Amino acid sequence: MFAKHLALATLAGALAVLTAGPASAAEPLLNVSYDPTRELYAEFNEAFNEHWQAQGHEPIEVRQSHGGSGKQARAVIDGLRADVVTLALAGDIDELHRIGKLIPADWQSRLPNASTPYTSTIVFLVRKGNPKGIEDWDDLVKPGVEVITPNPKTSGGARWNFLAAWAYARQKFGDEQQAQAFVEALYQNVPVLDTGARGSTVTFVNNGIGDVLLAWENEAFLALKEQGGDGFEIVAPSLSILAEPPVAVVDKNVERKGTREVAEAYLNYLYSEEGQRIAAKHFYRPRNERVAAEFKDRFPALKLVTIDGDFGGWTVAQPKFFNDGGVFDQIYQAH
Amino acid sequence: MSSVSLPATASASAKAARRGNALGRRLLILAAWLVFALFLLLPLVIVVSEALKQGVGTFFTAILEPDALAALKLTLLAVGLSVPLNLVFGVAAAWCVSKYEFRGKSLLVTLIDLPFSVSPVIAGLIYVLLFGAQGYFGEWLSDRDIQIVFAVPGIVLATLFVTVPFVARELIPLMQEQGSTEEEAARLLGASGWQMFRHITLPNIRWGLVYGVVLCTARAMGEFGAVSVVSGHIRGLTNTLPLHVEILYNEYNHVAAFSVASLLLALALVILLLKQWSESRLAHLRTGAQP
Repeated sequence: MFAKHLALATLAGALAVLTAGPASAAEPLLNVSYDPTRELYAEFNEAFNEHWQAQGHEPIEVRQSHGGSGKQARAVIDGLRADVVTLALAGDIDELHRIGKLIPADWQSRLPNASTPYTSTIVFLVRKGNPKGIEDWDDLVKPGVEVITPNPKTSGGARWNFLAAWAYARQKFGDEQQAQAFVEALYQNVPVLDTGARGSTVTFVNNGIGDVLLAWENEAFLALKEQGGDGFEIVAPSLSILAEPPVAVVDKNVERKGTREVAEAYLNYLYSEEGQRIAAKHFYRPRNERVAAEFKDRFPALKLVTIDGDFGGWTVAQPKFFNDGGVFDQIYQAH
Repeated sequence: MSSVSLPATASASAKAARRGNALGRRLLILAAWLVFALFLLLPLVIVVSEALKQGVGTFFTAILEPDALAALKLTLLAVGLSVPLNLVFGVAAAWCVSKYEFRGKSLLVTLIDLPFSVSPVIAGLIYVLLFGAQGYFGEWLSDRDIQIVFAVPGIVLATLFVTVPFVARELIPLMQEQGSTEEEAARLLGASGWQMFRHITLPNIRWGLVYGVVLCTARAMGEFGAVSVVSGHIRGLTNTLPLHVEILYNEYNHVAAFSVASLLLALALVILLLKQWSESRLAHLRTGAQP
């Protein structure tokens, strides 16, 4: 008797919850993105919605999912129905073609600037007053310096970090073997490998672990802003990498859901002046020259290597450095 | 010998021993309270005080915000579906194990505990491997436009998996202890199977049942690992309360994170009270049953 009442009550509760779900007219858009873009897309989605309605369309709800870039790509391949992906690097979106067969091989040529509406770079975030005197990559391999960076297997930012360090060492020593030894020494100073960039930022900023955080420039600026500017400072190394986080419509999903038009409009709007201004506001380097000029004081001029020019693109760099048995596995197993 | 010849000294030393015992007891109790306060109470107090740091207004804004409400709804849905299902499964399994003899019984009892020993992350991955787009049933499901992982069904399944043992684990020893003599008597007196279950079995096991359900509910509400793997982390759609707390924290939104955590904590406290109540009823039943 008693159990029956209990069962009925829980069932009724479950039904009430089920039926109370929101009823939405237009199919919502799902943007699967990487860690540090949360604040950017929260603002961009509102701006896009206004723009979309101004063109005479129904309001569109844009849903967000964030996590480490590699992990997010894996989820889309496993069936997370993203209409658009806005990930940390082209290599992760390539996997949507290679394993998932969700997009064509030439996806990157469908939008301007190799489908990369904004760029960033890798900088150092250190504690106020820079107590360990960290000025450049050489300081990261010194004994007693704790470096915070996420796991390159799951995080896009971590792969940019790795390649920036590699580029510096290769330029300094002139050969790959010494570059590998340098990067190995650097990773020996890493006490925690988080799965995503945001996890590493929380480790460094909130939990107070480590002396230097290798971070996306936008993530470093955001951490400064959130902490009111005290407690940390940004150090620009002598050489870094041009980080290009690309975007793509996921063809198989938008065809199933009938959302191609709005998904394409959404990504195109990232290239508009309004979209570029929002990106710059959130510390991403805009592509549009006029907007870039408006914000030029914000971004330090750095010597930047590129993934295509210096590493032969992600199709070469990904297997060489990050796939199973690659350079990262070799150096990380070594200790 | 000495106690006979020197009774006064003996009783004095016994008193001293008692005093020593009393001191040791007090120290132990104090230590237990200290550990409790330091490792359990303090963190809870911090959660609540962080939540209320910017006043009650901010607290309510955080827990009434649409994404938080959606997370609450999803959590309640997962609990509302997985607990009744586990209730039915638990009763059926405990019935089989305690009333029947069959081959492979001990294997079954061992397997019921599997979710205790399997890491929740693996529990989640199992469903991705089965129902994900690249999984065994991926294509079949995709052709029929059925979504399991990265949608609500996956979250319910993952919750179900991790909470399977709770009801069965609670009932099996209880039912084994009670034996089946009362049920046999009922049958001999002409009761149908259902009558027997309703009037004999159910009253006998009800407090064990409530206790199992309470534990099951607590775990279902708090589950993080398995649900995290199958969630897809879509805001307002596939985030449960524990996942929502993590997201808010990662967004530097401390007050909101701790507010939602307090909400989860409040639910847990209700569960704890229910547990205490059913446990005392269960103890009462057990001592009452033994002459």
